[in-house]
Amino acid sequence: MRKVYSKIETIAGNVISVKADGVSYGELAEVSTSYGKSLAEVIKLDHGMVSLQVFAGGRGISTGDEIRFLGHPMEVSFSENLTGRIFNGSGVPRDKGPELTENLIPIGGPSFNPAKRVIPRNMIRTGIPMIDLFNTLVESQKLPIFSVSGEPYNELLARIAMQAEVDLIILGGMGLKYDDYLYFKDTLEEGGALSRTIMFVHTASDPTVECLMVPDISLAVAEKFALQGKKVLVLLTDMTNFADAMKEIAITQEQVPSNRGYPGDLYSQLASRYEKAVDIEGSGSITILGVTTMPGDDVTHPVPDNTGYITEGQYYLKNGRIEPFGSLSRLKQQVNDRTREDHRALMDGMIKLYAAFKDSLEKQSMGFQMSAWDDKLLKYGAMFEAVMMDLTVNIPLEKALDEGWRILSDCFDPSETGMKTSLIEKFWPKEK
Amino acid sequence: MKQGKVVGINGNMVTVALESSVIMNEVGYIITDEGKRLKSEVIRVMGDEAQLQVFEITKGISIGDSCDFSGDLLAAELGPGLLGQVYDGLQNPLPELAEQAGYFLERGVYIDPLNRSRRWDFTPVAHEGDKVEQADILGTVPEGPFKHSIMVPFNMLDSYTIKSIKPAGSYLISDTIAVVTDSRGNEFNLTMSFQWPVKRAITCYEERLKPVEPMLTKTRVIDTFLPVAKGGTYCIPGPFGAGKTVLQQTTSKFADVDVVIVAACGERAGEVVETLKEFPELTDPKTGKSLMERTIIICNTSSMPVASREASVYTAVTLAEYYRQMGLDVLLLADSTSRWAQAMREMSGRLEEIPGEEAFPAYLESSIAGFYERAGIVKLKSGKTGSVTIGGTVSPAGGNFEEPVTQATLKVVGAFHGLSRERSDARKYPAIHPIDSWSKYAGIMDTKKTTKAYNLLKRGYEVEAMMKVVGEEGTSLADYMIYLEGDFLDAVYFQQNSFDAVDCAVAPERQEHVFDKIYDLLNSKLNLTEKSAARSWFNQLRQRFLDWNSAEWETEEYKKLEAEIDAHIAGMKA
Ligand SMILES: Nc1ncnc2c1ncn2[C@@H]1O[C@H](COP(=O)(O)OP(=O)(O)O)[C@@H](O)[C@H]1O
Ligand SMILES: [Mg+2]
Repeated sequence: MRKVYSKIETIAGNVISVKADGVSYGELAEVSTSYGKSLAEVIKLDHGMVSLQVFAGGRGISTGDEIRFLGHPMEVSFSENLTGRIFNGSGVPRDKGPELTENLIPIGGPSFNPAKRVIPRNMIRTGIPMIDLFNTLVESQKLPIFSVSGEPYNELLARIAMQAEVDLIILGGMGLKYDDYLYFKDTLEEGGALSRTIMFVHTASDPTVECLMVPDISLAVAEKFALQGKKVLVLLTDMTNFADAMKEIAITQEQVPSNRGYPGDLYSQLASRYEKAVDIEGSGSITILGVTTMPGDDVTHPVPDNTGYITEGQYYLKNGRIEPFGSLSRLKQQVNDRTREDHRALMDGMIKLYAAFKDSLEKQSMGFQMSAWDDKLLKYGAMFEAVMMDLTVNIPLEKALDEGWRILSDCFDPSETGMKTSLIEKFWPKEK
Repeated sequence: MKQGKVVGINGNMVTVALESSVIMNEVGYIITDEGKRLKSEVIRVMGDEAQLQVFEITKGISIGDSCDFSGDLLAAELGPGLLGQVYDGLQNPLPELAEQAGYFLERGVYIDPLNRSRRWDFTPVAHEGDKVEQADILGTVPEGPFKHSIMVPFNMLDSYTIKSIKPAGSYLISDTIAVVTDSRGNEFNLTMSFQWPVKRAITCYEERLKPVEPMLTKTRVIDTFLPVAKGGTYCIPGPFGAGKTVLQQTTSKFADVDVVIVAACGERAGEVVETLKEFPELTDPKTGKSLMERTIIICNTSSMPVASREASVYTAVTLAEYYRQMGLDVLLLADSTSRWAQAMREMSGRLEEIPGEEAFPAYLESSIAGFYERAGIVKLKSGKTGSVTIGGTVSPAGGNFEEPVTQATLKVVGAFHGLSRERSDARKYPAIHPIDSWSKYAGIMDTKKTTKAYNLLKRGYEVEAMMKVVGEEGTSLADYMIYLEGDFLDAVYFQQNSFDAVDCAVAPERQEHVFDKIYDLLNSKLNLTEKSAARSWFNQLRQRFLDWNSAEWETEEYKKLEAEIDAHIAGMKA
């Protein structure tokens, strides 16, 4: 039995400190308060003084409460028994199932050796043209949905999850509204996917510190399954809440903020989670789809900004649609040369024309006379938005490509499209 | 062995109570209770305590753990066998690490940077009795496409006499290949490798020259309009997704240099993997060997420990300087220097230093300047010249160039290739913004002509902006023509498709040929008297040009398309 300490020196926010010896960095402790027990993690050691971050928060802790160090870092149980289960951010069951304690694995483990990675090769088909055609999702990609609050990002996330062919879905919920939690649960259940789902859910009413654990727990479990050969899809919603939890801790720790109160290591912290996405040679994979809500629809806000620098693209959700501008799949070129020969050219060409349409639209809104070319673009833009940007459609990529050519031929002469002649000869709809 | 005891841990910074003296920036090893030795560097000394940045995850380190001090500064190992390697920021070979530790980067495992069991065919150049100094050549070994010079270690500052030197033969890098004596008669055994502290520039050359010769990248907009010189420096700032990495990857493949060092600094691991898997398959047109044989990858990606990220750019530039000493042209591409700056910021925060703008440390500017200053073209004692060219990407917060790292970088570089969100959103790649960007170097073509064309492009941009206010009908035909011409130049010359097998790299001869044709067109009077006819004529011309761009140089197809273009233009010339 390890020594019990019962003299808490300081309590600031969710961080307490106590004098103790023989403690290691990252070690867990158990704090017994009159409200019950909570785990706490060592986040700083300074001579004899140990600072701990209390999972259940600092509220209600008394200076005389007992602290017992556990001698190990944060762990989670890993086995097949996890599937179909729902836990909170500390790994405690949220459903009525039993607590799991066998085969404990550490969380937040070391990074994957880049030399052991393989180049991602498999497209994940979603049936959504804005994704499949323009911003193809690829197995092992890490990709967030950028969105203002109020947009149907969780619906989009759930839809992709249901449609993607994966072996296992892990949902990491951070600051999730209770309704959203139920929505995920119901959708996965209706789709028959609950039995291949594991959820680690921190809801908006749970203690902040537990929010911080969610990505690490989810990804540690994902990593083990992937090493066993499973294709794992990890859904992280909402990473802005995760970042805000970090900000809260940093501020109570009196760290110098770098930008709008966020700590200077925000980038490294986010990266160490997202970089867990991997395609393992001869084994499984981890794909991460996240949600990053953008306060004030501002992409330059530190959270979306740092995220964009880390992830392999983003889907920019606005007015219920994935915006062509601002959305990007950086891995698309790994797969879109093997789908159909017109895929790349159509993808680029149609977006260039859509950009030109936006210019014409702006001119129109300013009351300028529309030239014949502007009129063509306006027609094109309307068709593009109706056919390509609609999130409710569900068509295979090939069908979407055909639709693309149809729109072009309805609106333009071949030479106006900027497409290569060889492709025009092959794909331009003949009879009209 | 000098030792200390751990008394504090905060993130990757550990405080150690000293039992003896230490050296600033000395390497120490913290010994965990599992017996792991975690490499660290002294970054501050205060009384009888030192603060070290640990190059590994610090979880599990306990108060009271001991720390061994090595007496050496953080150093890179220099010698034959660096080319083709994939190292982390501390020069650990990652493939070998994977063999030993498996899928994950197990901490505390360090592997010799250079293969100890590989034999090299040494040919002596110096002779017994010769007088030699630092960096003088003792002999050579073949390495990939080059003769690798085996030199007197750069840290030997006296003048020496060769007492003996090995005959031609095959040796290990640890074999003594020469014995030298200094002016006081002390003997030194020299092997084929030695250590050099990474944070110190290698300056064993006669003089630094002015960078004038262009370093060709085969990207049109760079070589023609915004050139980079051998031994020069340039930066590529841009918001995320604007194309910084793709542009550097293209350059790393096609640049006309001898050695390329890719420093993947704090960005995505996946991007390095592309280089890692592709390069061995690609041939270097210059040497006919695989591209990997001229490349070194320093890979300290975003989830790897942040302190070694800080070290990684120094490791990279040290290796670059080493190959420069052999009279080679080396290109160092760092992606992204902002992550390196952020690593400094993280450490500075833990040290509780007084923060500057956006919490970056006060020495940010001098560190950036010091790094780029290690570029240069130099005349060596052998009479040869060698160069280190540095290109760094910058990832400004919010894509706003008015931030400390971009601003500090712009002060010291010779060319600025600023990428714009607006252009990348419109899929106009490479998204280098013609208005913001500049270069102080001379390119391959007549500057008068290129400046004129470049100005036309800028004017076209202005007209386009104006048109948004006054509308097409409020724009004169003359201005409208400028807009169309600028837009045409932009579409067929400025923009270039990195993913097209032909268009991705354009040799200087072709650039000149195509540019001349466009230049001629832009200076011709055209029989276009009406806006919509003019637009449609340029559309057709653009179409043909794009087809032409992806036709292979001087093939039948190429000639056929060129003839069509010539006819199209001739038909409209006044
Ligand atoms: N020259 C180019 N040609 C075509 N697509 C490009 C080009 N440059 C960038 N892209 C597209 O933009 C994406 C992001 O580019 P990248 O270089 O990774 O951006 P950054 O490093 O600035 O964040 C790429 O994955 C690719 O889809
Ligand atoms: Mg990049």
